[in-house]
Amino acid sequence: MAFKHKHLLGIQTLGPSDITTVLDTAESFCNISTREIKKVPILRGKIIINLFFEPSTRTLSSFELAAKRLSADIISLNKQSSSVIKGESLKDTIKNLEAMNPDSLIIRHSAAGVPYFATTFCQSHIINAGDGAHEHPTQALLDALTIRQKKKSFKNLKVLIVGDILHSRVARSNIFLLKKMGARVVLVGPPSLLPAEFKKFGVEIDYDFDRAIKKADVIMMLRIQLERQKKNYFPSIREYRNLYGLTEKRFRRAKKNAIIMHPGPINRGVEISADMADSAKSVILKQVENGIATRMAVLYLLLGGKEREAIN
Amino acid sequence: MKEKIKAKVMDSRKMKRAVHRMTTEIIERNRNLKNVVIVGIRTRGIYLGKRISNLIKELEKIDIPVGILDITLYRDDFSELEAQNMVKKTEINFSVEKKDVLLVDDVLFTGRTIRAAMDSLIDLGRPKTIQLLVLIDRGHRELPIRADYVGKFLPTSKRELVQVKLKEIDSNDEALITEPAGMK
Repeated sequence: MAFKHKHLLGIQTLGPSDITTVLDTAESFCNISTREIKKVPILRGKIIINLFFEPSTRTLSSFELAAKRLSADIISLNKQSSSVIKGESLKDTIKNLEAMNPDSLIIRHSAAGVPYFATTFCQSHIINAGDGAHEHPTQALLDALTIRQKKKSFKNLKVLIVGDILHSRVARSNIFLLKKMGARVVLVGPPSLLPAEFKKFGVEIDYDFDRAIKKADVIMMLRIQLERQKKNYFPSIREYRNLYGLTEKRFRRAKKNAIIMHPGPINRGVEISADMADSAKSVILKQVENGIATRMAVLYLLLGGKEREAIN
Repeated sequence: MKEKIKAKVMDSRKMKRAVHRMTTEIIERNRNLKNVVIVGIRTRGIYLGKRISNLIKELEKIDIPVGILDITLYRDDFSELEAQNMVKKTEINFSVEKKDVLLVDDVLFTGRTIRAAMDSLIDLGRPKTIQLLVLIDRGHRELPIRADYVGKFLPTSKRELVQVKLKEIDSNDEALITEPAGMK
Protein backbone atom coordinates (compact mmCIF):
# COMPACT_ATOMS: atom_id res chain seq x y z
CA MET A 1 0.00 0.00 0.00
CA ALA A 2 1.37 3.37 -0.96
CA PHE A 3 1.63 6.04 1.69
CA LYS A 4 0.01 9.16 0.28
CA HIS A 5 0.69 11.77 2.92
CA LYS A 6 2.97 14.73 2.46
CA HIS A 7 3.40 15.49 6.16
CA LEU A 8 3.20 13.56 9.39
CA LEU A 9 1.33 15.82 11.77
CA GLY A 10 -0.42 13.26 13.90
CA ILE A 11 -1.95 9.83 14.08
CA GLN A 12 -5.45 11.27 13.82
CA THR A 13 -5.07 11.88 10.07
CA LEU A 14 -3.75 8.36 9.33
CA GLY A 15 -5.86 5.35 8.45
CA PRO A 16 -5.27 1.81 9.68
CA SER A 17 -3.65 0.84 6.37
CA ASP A 18 -1.24 3.82 6.60
CA ILE A 19 -0.25 2.69 10.08
CA THR A 20 0.31 -0.87 8.88
CA THR A 21 2.43 0.44 5.99
CA VAL A 22 4.65 2.39 8.39
CA LEU A 23 5.02 -0.60 10.71
CA ASP A 24 5.79 -3.04 7.88
CA THR A 25 8.36 -0.66 6.44
CA ALA A 26 9.92 -0.14 9.88
CA GLU A 27 10.14 -3.89 10.30
CA SER A 28 12.24 -4.09 7.12
CA PHE A 29 14.55 -1.40 8.45
CA CYS A 30 15.17 -3.08 11.81
CA ASN A 31 18.12 -5.19 10.69
CA ILE A 32 20.02 -2.25 9.16
CA SER A 33 20.82 -1.04 12.68
CA THR A 34 22.49 -4.29 13.65
CA ARG A 35 24.63 -4.99 10.61
CA GLU A 36 28.19 -3.83 10.10
CA ILE A 37 27.52 -1.04 7.62
CA LYS A 38 24.55 0.71 9.16
CA LYS A 39 23.67 2.76 6.13
CA VAL A 40 21.66 2.48 2.93
CA PRO A 41 21.87 5.06 0.12
CA ILE A 42 18.19 5.66 -0.51
CA LEU A 43 17.86 9.28 0.73
CA ARG A 44 21.23 10.43 -0.55
CA GLY A 45 21.21 14.15 -1.25
CA LYS A 46 18.15 14.90 0.88
CA ILE A 47 18.45 17.63 3.49
CA ILE A 48 16.59 17.39 6.78
CA ILE A 49 16.48 19.94 9.58
CA ASN A 50 15.63 19.04 13.14
CA LEU A 51 14.09 22.08 14.77
CA PHE A 52 13.55 21.48 18.46
CA PHE A 53 12.12 24.26 20.61
CA GLU A 54 11.92 21.89 23.58
CA PRO A 55 14.61 19.70 25.12
CA SER A 56 14.90 16.11 23.93
CA THR A 57 17.54 13.42 23.83
CA ARG A 58 15.72 10.36 22.57
CA THR A 59 13.60 11.82 19.80
CA LEU A 60 16.30 14.19 18.55
CA SER A 61 19.09 11.63 18.40
CA SER A 62 16.72 9.00 17.05
CA PHE A 63 15.71 11.22 14.12
CA GLU A 64 19.36 12.11 13.52
CA LEU A 65 20.44 8.49 13.39
CA ALA A 66 17.45 7.52 11.28
CA ALA A 67 18.31 10.20 8.70
CA LYS A 68 21.97 9.22 8.70
CA ARG A 69 21.20 5.55 8.20
CA LEU A 70 19.27 6.50 5.08
CA SER A 71 22.20 8.67 3.89
CA ALA A 72 20.30 11.97 4.22
CA ASP A 73 22.10 15.05 5.55
CA ILE A 74 20.64 16.34 8.77
CA ILE A 75 21.35 19.28 11.03
CA SER A 76 19.78 19.84 14.42
CA LEU A 77 18.87 23.19 15.88
CA ASN A 78 17.55 23.90 19.31
CA LYS A 79 16.11 26.94 20.94
CA GLN A 80 19.36 27.90 22.63
CA SER A 81 21.43 27.83 19.45
CA SER A 82 18.88 29.56 17.23
CA SER A 83 17.90 33.17 16.78
CA VAL A 84 14.68 32.59 18.70
CA ILE A 85 16.41 33.85 21.81
CA LYS A 86 17.29 37.04 19.93
CA GLY A 87 13.58 37.62 19.52
CA GLU A 88 12.97 36.23 16.05
CA SER A 89 9.38 35.12 15.56
CA LEU A 90 8.53 31.47 15.07
CA LYS A 91 7.31 32.09 11.54
CA ASP A 92 10.48 33.96 10.59
CA THR A 93 12.71 31.24 11.99
CA ILE A 94 10.89 28.53 10.04
CA LYS A 95 10.76 30.66 6.85
CA ASN A 96 14.49 31.30 7.00
CA LEU A 97 15.23 27.62 7.37
CA GLU A 98 12.80 26.85 4.58
CA ALA A 99 14.73 29.30 2.37
CA MET A 100 17.70 26.93 2.61
CA ASN A 101 15.64 24.37 0.68
CA PRO A 102 15.49 21.45 3.07
CA ASP A 103 13.44 18.45 2.00
CA SER A 104 11.99 18.05 5.45
CA LEU A 105 11.60 19.95 8.71
CA ILE A 106 11.16 17.97 11.90
CA ILE A 107 9.57 20.22 14.48
CA ARG A 108 9.08 19.98 18.22
CA HIS A 109 7.40 22.82 20.06
CA SER A 110 5.64 23.38 23.37
CA ALA A 111 2.59 24.81 21.59
CA ALA A 112 0.08 22.49 19.96
CA GLY A 113 -0.38 23.08 16.24
CA VAL A 114 3.05 24.52 15.38
CA PRO A 115 3.86 21.75 12.86
CA TYR A 116 0.47 22.28 11.21
CA PHE A 117 1.10 26.04 11.16
CA ALA A 118 4.39 25.39 9.37
CA THR A 119 2.60 23.46 6.61
CA THR A 120 0.58 26.58 5.77
CA PHE A 121 3.65 28.37 4.41
CA CYS A 122 6.29 25.65 3.84
CA GLN A 123 6.98 23.52 0.79
CA SER A 124 8.98 20.86 2.62
CA HIS A 125 7.68 17.78 4.37
CA ILE A 126 6.80 18.64 7.97
CA ILE A 127 7.14 16.00 10.65
CA ASN A 128 5.69 16.54 14.09
CA ALA A 129 8.16 15.47 16.76
CA GLY A 130 5.82 16.49 19.54
CA ASP A 131 3.64 19.62 19.79
CA GLY A 132 2.42 20.68 23.20
CA ALA A 133 -0.14 18.27 24.58
CA HIS A 134 -1.45 17.51 21.09
CA GLU A 135 0.40 14.63 19.38
CA HIS A 136 3.71 12.80 19.15
CA PRO A 137 3.04 10.50 16.19
CA THR A 138 6.42 8.81 15.83
CA GLN A 139 6.33 7.80 19.49
CA ALA A 140 2.95 6.11 19.03
CA LEU A 141 4.21 4.37 15.89
CA LEU A 142 7.33 3.01 17.59
CA ASP A 143 5.18 1.91 20.54
CA ALA A 144 2.89 0.13 18.10
CA LEU A 145 5.83 -1.58 16.42
CA THR A 146 7.03 -2.80 19.81
CA ILE A 147 3.56 -4.04 20.78
CA ARG A 148 3.10 -5.78 17.43
CA GLN A 149 6.46 -7.56 17.74
CA LYS A 150 5.49 -8.88 21.17
CA LYS A 151 1.76 -9.47 20.74
CA LYS A 152 1.41 -10.07 16.97
CA SER A 153 -1.93 -8.26 16.66
CA PHE A 154 -3.75 -5.32 18.26
CA LYS A 155 -7.22 -6.85 18.13
CA ASN A 156 -8.78 -6.99 21.58
CA LEU A 157 -5.52 -6.32 23.42
CA LYS A 158 -6.12 -4.66 26.76
CA VAL A 159 -3.76 -1.69 26.87
CA LEU A 160 -3.47 0.48 29.97
CA ILE A 161 -2.13 4.00 29.71
CA VAL A 162 -1.31 5.19 33.19
CA GLY A 163 -0.42 8.57 34.62
CA ASP A 164 -0.56 12.17 33.50
CA ILE A 165 -2.94 11.76 30.57
CA LEU A 166 -3.95 15.43 30.60
CA HIS A 167 -0.56 16.79 29.57
CA SER A 168 0.54 13.84 27.49
CA ARG A 169 0.82 14.04 23.72
CA VAL A 170 2.18 10.49 23.82
CA ALA A 171 -1.08 9.32 25.39
CA ARG A 172 -3.19 11.10 22.76
CA SER A 173 -1.26 9.69 19.82
CA ASN A 174 -1.32 6.23 21.36
CA ILE A 175 -5.06 6.42 22.03
CA PHE A 176 -5.76 7.34 18.39
CA LEU A 177 -3.49 4.64 17.06
CA LEU A 178 -4.59 1.82 19.35
CA LYS A 179 -8.28 2.56 18.76
CA LYS A 180 -7.76 2.59 14.98
CA MET A 181 -6.04 -0.78 15.21
CA GLY A 182 -8.77 -2.37 17.29
CA ALA A 183 -7.22 -2.50 20.76
CA ARG A 184 -9.11 -1.90 23.98
CA VAL A 185 -7.67 1.14 25.75
CA VAL A 186 -8.06 1.85 29.46
CA LEU A 187 -6.81 5.14 30.86
CA VAL A 188 -5.74 5.23 34.47
CA GLY A 189 -4.69 8.18 36.62
CA PRO A 190 -5.81 10.64 39.28
CA PRO A 191 -8.99 12.52 38.26
CA SER A 192 -7.07 15.80 38.22
CA LEU A 193 -4.84 14.42 35.44
CA LEU A 194 -7.51 12.39 33.67
CA PRO A 195 -10.52 14.45 32.60
CA ALA A 196 -13.68 12.48 31.94
CA GLU A 197 -13.97 14.02 28.47
CA PHE A 198 -11.33 11.58 27.23
CA LYS A 199 -14.21 9.10 27.04
CA LYS A 200 -15.20 10.66 23.73
CA PHE A 201 -12.15 8.98 22.18
CA GLY A 202 -13.84 5.62 22.78
CA VAL A 203 -11.67 4.59 25.71
CA GLU A 204 -12.47 3.37 29.21
CA ILE A 205 -11.46 5.36 32.24
CA ASP A 206 -10.57 3.91 35.61
CA TYR A 207 -9.21 5.80 38.61
CA ASP A 208 -8.32 2.59 40.43
CA PHE A 209 -5.05 1.18 39.11
CA ASP A 210 -5.35 -2.08 41.08
CA ARG A 211 -8.68 -2.84 39.48
CA ALA A 212 -7.76 -1.73 35.97
CA ILE A 213 -4.53 -3.69 35.75
CA LYS A 214 -6.32 -7.06 35.98
CA LYS A 215 -5.81 -9.08 32.78
CA ALA A 216 -3.92 -6.25 31.09
CA ASP A 217 -1.72 -7.20 28.10
CA VAL A 218 0.23 -3.96 27.84
CA ILE A 219 0.93 -1.43 30.58
CA MET A 220 2.14 1.89 29.31
CA MET A 221 3.41 4.14 32.06
CA LEU A 222 3.70 7.89 31.48
CA ARG A 223 6.18 10.22 33.03
CA ILE A 224 4.96 12.65 35.66
CA GLN A 225 5.78 15.84 33.80
CA LEU A 226 7.15 17.93 36.63
CA GLU A 227 8.11 20.77 34.25
CA ARG A 228 4.51 21.20 33.14
CA GLN A 229 3.09 21.06 36.59
CA LYS A 230 2.83 24.59 37.86
CA LYS A 231 -0.39 23.76 39.63
CA ASN A 232 -0.61 20.95 42.17
CA TYR A 233 -2.42 18.11 40.49
CA PHE A 234 -1.86 15.67 43.33
CA PRO A 235 -0.98 16.14 47.01
CA SER A 236 2.44 14.51 47.06
CA ILE A 237 4.80 12.36 45.03
CA ARG A 238 4.47 9.73 47.72
CA GLU A 239 0.72 9.55 47.41
CA TYR A 240 0.99 9.39 43.64
CA ARG A 241 3.45 6.54 43.89
CA ASN A 242 1.22 4.64 46.27
CA LEU A 243 -1.85 4.96 44.05
CA TYR A 244 -0.46 5.03 40.52
CA GLY A 245 3.12 3.78 40.61
CA LEU A 246 3.87 0.47 38.91
CA THR A 247 5.32 -1.91 41.48
CA GLU A 248 5.96 -5.62 41.37
CA LYS A 249 3.01 -6.29 43.63
CA ARG A 250 0.68 -4.44 41.33
CA PHE A 251 2.14 -5.98 38.19
CA ARG A 252 1.29 -9.48 39.43
CA ARG A 253 -2.38 -8.74 38.76
CA ALA A 254 -1.76 -8.28 35.05
CA LYS A 255 -1.57 -11.11 32.53
CA LYS A 256 1.47 -13.36 32.90
CA ASN A 257 2.95 -12.30 29.58
CA ALA A 258 2.09 -8.61 29.96
CA ILE A 259 4.69 -6.08 28.87
CA ILE A 260 5.72 -2.80 30.48
CA MET A 261 6.28 0.27 28.34
CA HIS A 262 7.42 3.81 29.04
CA PRO A 263 8.19 6.57 26.53
CA GLY A 264 10.97 7.91 28.75
CA PRO A 265 12.56 9.68 30.44
CA ILE A 266 11.72 7.62 33.53
CA ASN A 267 11.32 9.02 37.02
CA ARG A 268 12.56 5.94 38.83
CA GLY A 269 10.69 5.33 42.04
CA VAL A 270 7.83 7.66 41.06
CA GLU A 271 5.62 6.30 38.26
CA ILE A 272 7.58 3.08 38.02
CA SER A 273 9.75 1.26 40.53
CA ALA A 274 13.35 0.66 39.53
CA ASP A 275 13.04 -3.13 39.56
CA MET A 276 9.99 -2.99 37.27
CA ALA A 277 11.76 -0.68 34.83
CA ASP A 278 14.68 -3.11 34.63
CA SER A 279 12.63 -6.32 34.72
CA ALA A 280 12.42 -8.87 31.93
CA LYS A 281 8.85 -7.73 31.24
CA SER A 282 10.01 -4.22 30.45
CA VAL A 283 10.41 -3.35 26.77
CA ILE A 284 11.48 0.21 27.44
CA LEU A 285 14.86 -0.09 25.71
CA LYS A 286 13.32 -2.04 22.85
CA GLN A 287 11.08 0.98 22.30
CA VAL A 288 14.16 3.17 21.97
CA GLU A 289 15.76 0.73 19.54
CA ASN A 290 12.56 0.53 17.47
CA GLY A 291 12.42 4.32 17.42
CA ILE A 292 15.20 4.48 14.86
CA ALA A 293 13.63 1.97 12.46
CA THR A 294 10.24 3.66 12.84
CA ARG A 295 11.63 7.11 12.06
CA MET A 296 13.58 5.67 9.13
CA ALA A 297 10.28 4.32 7.83
CA VAL A 298 8.57 7.69 8.23
CA LEU A 299 11.39 9.56 6.48
CA TYR A 300 11.50 6.98 3.72
CA LEU A 301 7.75 7.04 3.13
CA LEU A 302 7.54 10.85 3.12
CA LEU A 303 10.73 11.75 1.25
CA GLY A 304 11.08 8.76 -1.07
CA GLY A 305 9.76 8.85 -4.61
CA LYS A 306 8.65 11.73 -6.78
CA GLU A 307 6.87 14.76 -5.40
CA ARG A 308 3.25 13.79 -5.52
CA GLU A 309 -0.21 15.11 -5.00
CA ALA A 310 -0.75 14.32 -1.40
CA ILE A 311 -3.53 14.30 1.08
CA ASN A 312 -2.01 15.87 4.15
CA MET B 1 -2.15 -4.61 -16.39
CA LYS B 2 -3.41 -5.22 -19.92
CA GLU B 3 -0.93 -6.81 -22.24
CA LYS B 4 -0.71 -9.04 -25.23
CA ILE B 5 1.23 -12.29 -25.12
CA LYS B 6 3.53 -12.39 -28.15
CA ALA B 7 5.43 -15.59 -27.57
CA LYS B 8 6.04 -18.30 -25.05
CA VAL B 9 9.80 -18.72 -24.95
CA MET B 10 10.09 -21.30 -22.22
CA ASP B 11 7.79 -23.95 -20.83
CA SER B 12 8.29 -25.96 -17.68
CA ARG B 13 10.39 -28.65 -19.38
CA LYS B 14 12.71 -26.16 -21.00
CA MET B 15 13.01 -24.25 -17.76
CA LYS B 16 13.86 -27.40 -15.84
CA ARG B 17 16.60 -28.25 -18.35
CA ALA B 18 18.03 -24.74 -18.26
CA VAL B 19 18.18 -24.74 -14.45
CA HIS B 20 19.75 -28.18 -14.50
CA ARG B 21 22.41 -27.16 -17.01
CA MET B 22 23.28 -23.98 -15.12
CA THR B 23 23.54 -25.94 -11.87
CA THR B 24 26.00 -28.32 -13.52
CA GLU B 25 28.00 -25.34 -14.72
CA ILE B 26 28.08 -23.94 -11.19
CA ILE B 27 29.37 -27.24 -9.84
CA GLU B 28 31.98 -27.39 -12.60
CA ARG B 29 33.17 -23.85 -12.14
CA ASN B 30 33.29 -23.78 -8.32
CA ARG B 31 35.76 -26.37 -7.16
CA ASN B 32 35.22 -25.34 -3.59
CA LEU B 33 31.48 -25.72 -3.64
CA LYS B 34 31.27 -25.49 0.14
CA ASN B 35 32.29 -21.86 -0.08
CA VAL B 36 29.34 -20.98 -2.33
CA VAL B 37 26.27 -19.18 -0.98
CA ILE B 38 23.21 -18.22 -2.99
CA VAL B 39 21.51 -14.84 -2.78
CA GLY B 40 18.20 -14.52 -4.62
CA ILE B 41 16.92 -11.12 -5.67
CA ARG B 42 13.31 -10.52 -4.69
CA THR B 43 10.97 -11.98 -5.78
CA ARG B 44 11.59 -14.66 -8.38
CA GLY B 45 15.33 -14.88 -7.79
CA ILE B 46 14.57 -16.41 -4.39
CA TYR B 47 12.72 -19.39 -5.86
CA LEU B 48 15.25 -19.95 -8.63
CA GLY B 49 17.98 -19.82 -5.98
CA LYS B 50 16.17 -22.42 -3.88
CA ARG B 51 15.73 -24.73 -6.86
CA ILE B 52 19.44 -24.54 -7.60
CA SER B 53 20.33 -25.16 -3.96
CA ASN B 54 18.08 -28.23 -3.92
CA LEU B 55 19.62 -29.55 -7.13
CA ILE B 56 23.15 -29.13 -5.78
CA LYS B 57 22.08 -31.03 -2.68
CA GLU B 58 20.74 -33.81 -4.87
CA LEU B 59 23.81 -34.00 -7.09
CA GLU B 60 26.65 -33.27 -4.68
CA LYS B 61 25.14 -33.74 -1.18
CA ILE B 62 26.19 -30.26 -0.17
CA ASP B 63 23.91 -27.77 1.57
CA ILE B 64 24.11 -24.32 0.02
CA PRO B 65 22.32 -21.62 2.04
CA VAL B 66 19.93 -19.29 0.22
CA GLY B 67 19.45 -15.66 1.28
CA ILE B 68 16.96 -13.06 0.14
CA LEU B 69 17.97 -9.64 -1.11
CA ASP B 70 15.63 -6.66 -1.41
CA ILE B 71 17.24 -3.97 -3.54
CA THR B 72 14.66 -1.19 -3.13
CA LEU B 73 16.95 0.90 -0.93
CA TYR B 74 19.75 0.77 -3.48
CA ARG B 75 17.85 1.64 -6.65
CA ASP B 76 19.16 4.52 -8.76
CA ASP B 77 15.80 5.44 -10.26
CA PHE B 78 14.23 5.95 -6.87
CA SER B 79 13.56 9.67 -7.15
CA GLU B 80 11.76 9.13 -10.46
CA LEU B 81 9.28 6.60 -9.18
CA GLU B 82 5.73 7.83 -8.78
CA ALA B 83 5.19 6.28 -5.39
CA GLN B 84 7.61 4.58 -3.08
CA ASN B 85 8.06 0.89 -3.53
CA MET B 86 7.38 -1.06 -0.42
CA VAL B 87 10.64 -1.99 1.22
CA LYS B 88 10.77 -5.64 2.14
CA LYS B 89 13.20 -7.43 4.33
CA THR B 90 16.63 -8.53 3.24
CA GLU B 91 17.04 -11.92 4.89
CA ILE B 92 20.57 -13.21 4.65
CA ASN B 93 21.19 -15.29 7.74
CA PHE B 94 24.81 -16.09 6.92
CA SER B 95 27.95 -14.06 6.44
CA VAL B 96 28.93 -13.23 2.86
CA GLU B 97 32.47 -12.36 3.98
CA LYS B 98 35.01 -14.24 1.83
CA LYS B 99 32.26 -16.33 0.24
CA ASP B 100 31.64 -17.05 -3.42
CA VAL B 101 28.25 -15.43 -3.76
CA LEU B 102 25.95 -16.60 -6.51
CA LEU B 103 23.50 -13.81 -7.24
CA VAL B 104 20.29 -15.09 -8.83
CA ASP B 105 17.65 -13.16 -10.75
CA ASP B 106 15.00 -14.09 -13.29
CA VAL B 107 15.63 -11.57 -16.08
CA LEU B 108 18.74 -9.54 -16.93
CA PHE B 109 17.85 -6.35 -18.79
CA THR B 110 19.51 -2.94 -18.20
CA GLY B 111 21.81 -4.29 -15.48
CA ARG B 112 20.70 -1.64 -12.99
CA THR B 113 19.09 -4.14 -10.63
CA ILE B 114 22.33 -6.10 -10.54
CA ARG B 115 24.35 -2.94 -9.85
CA ALA B 116 22.03 -2.21 -6.91
CA ALA B 117 22.24 -5.80 -5.72
CA MET B 118 26.05 -5.77 -5.77
CA ASP B 119 26.22 -2.50 -3.83
CA SER B 120 23.78 -3.88 -1.32
CA LEU B 121 25.76 -7.13 -0.95
CA ILE B 122 29.04 -5.34 -0.42
CA ASP B 123 27.48 -3.34 2.42
CA LEU B 124 26.87 -6.67 4.15
CA GLY B 125 30.46 -7.83 3.87
CA ARG B 126 33.22 -8.43 1.34
CA PRO B 127 32.56 -11.54 -0.73
CA LYS B 128 35.48 -13.33 -2.35
CA THR B 129 33.64 -13.36 -5.66
CA ILE B 130 30.21 -12.49 -6.92
CA GLN B 131 28.81 -14.55 -9.79
CA LEU B 132 25.57 -13.83 -11.58
CA LEU B 133 22.96 -16.30 -12.74
CA VAL B 134 19.89 -15.30 -14.73
CA LEU B 135 17.21 -17.39 -16.32
CA ILE B 136 16.83 -15.01 -19.25
CA ASP B 137 19.23 -12.43 -20.67
CA ARG B 138 17.18 -10.14 -22.87
CA GLY B 139 19.92 -7.66 -23.82
CA HIS B 140 19.78 -3.83 -23.78
CA ARG B 141 22.41 -3.38 -21.10
CA GLU B 142 22.96 0.15 -19.79
CA LEU B 143 25.84 -0.80 -17.51
CA PRO B 144 28.94 -2.95 -18.02
CA ILE B 145 27.44 -6.07 -16.46
CA ARG B 146 27.21 -9.62 -17.78
CA ALA B 147 25.95 -12.88 -16.37
CA ASP B 148 28.15 -15.92 -15.63
CA TYR B 149 25.31 -18.39 -16.10
CA VAL B 150 22.46 -17.77 -18.53
CA GLY B 151 19.40 -19.97 -19.01
CA LYS B 152 18.51 -18.45 -22.37
CA PHE B 153 19.68 -15.52 -24.47
CA LEU B 154 16.61 -13.80 -25.82
CA PRO B 155 16.83 -10.92 -28.29
CA THR B 156 13.95 -8.55 -27.59
CA SER B 157 12.87 -5.08 -28.52
CA LYS B 158 12.93 -2.51 -25.75
CA ARG B 159 9.20 -1.98 -25.55
CA GLU B 160 8.51 -5.66 -25.06
CA LEU B 161 8.29 -7.13 -21.59
CA VAL B 162 9.72 -10.44 -20.51
CA GLN B 163 7.80 -12.23 -17.79
CA VAL B 164 9.04 -15.24 -15.92
CA LYS B 165 6.48 -17.24 -14.00
CA LEU B 166 7.44 -19.77 -11.36
CA LYS B 167 5.05 -22.29 -9.91
CA GLU B 168 6.06 -21.41 -6.34
CA ILE B 169 4.18 -18.11 -6.64
CA ASP B 170 2.54 -18.16 -10.07
CA SER B 171 0.34 -20.90 -11.46
CA ASN B 172 3.03 -22.58 -13.57
CA ASP B 173 6.59 -22.46 -14.89
CA GLU B 174 6.97 -20.43 -18.07
CA ALA B 175 8.61 -17.43 -19.67
CA LEU B 176 6.66 -15.07 -21.93
CA ILE B 177 7.32 -12.12 -24.17
CA THR B 178 4.46 -9.67 -23.84
CA GLU B 179 3.73 -6.20 -25.11
CA PRO B 180 1.69 -3.50 -23.39
CA ALA B 181 -1.73 -3.19 -25.02
CA GLY B 182 -2.26 -0.31 -27.46
CA MET B 183 1.24 -0.52 -28.91
CA LYS B 184 2.06 -1.75 -32.38
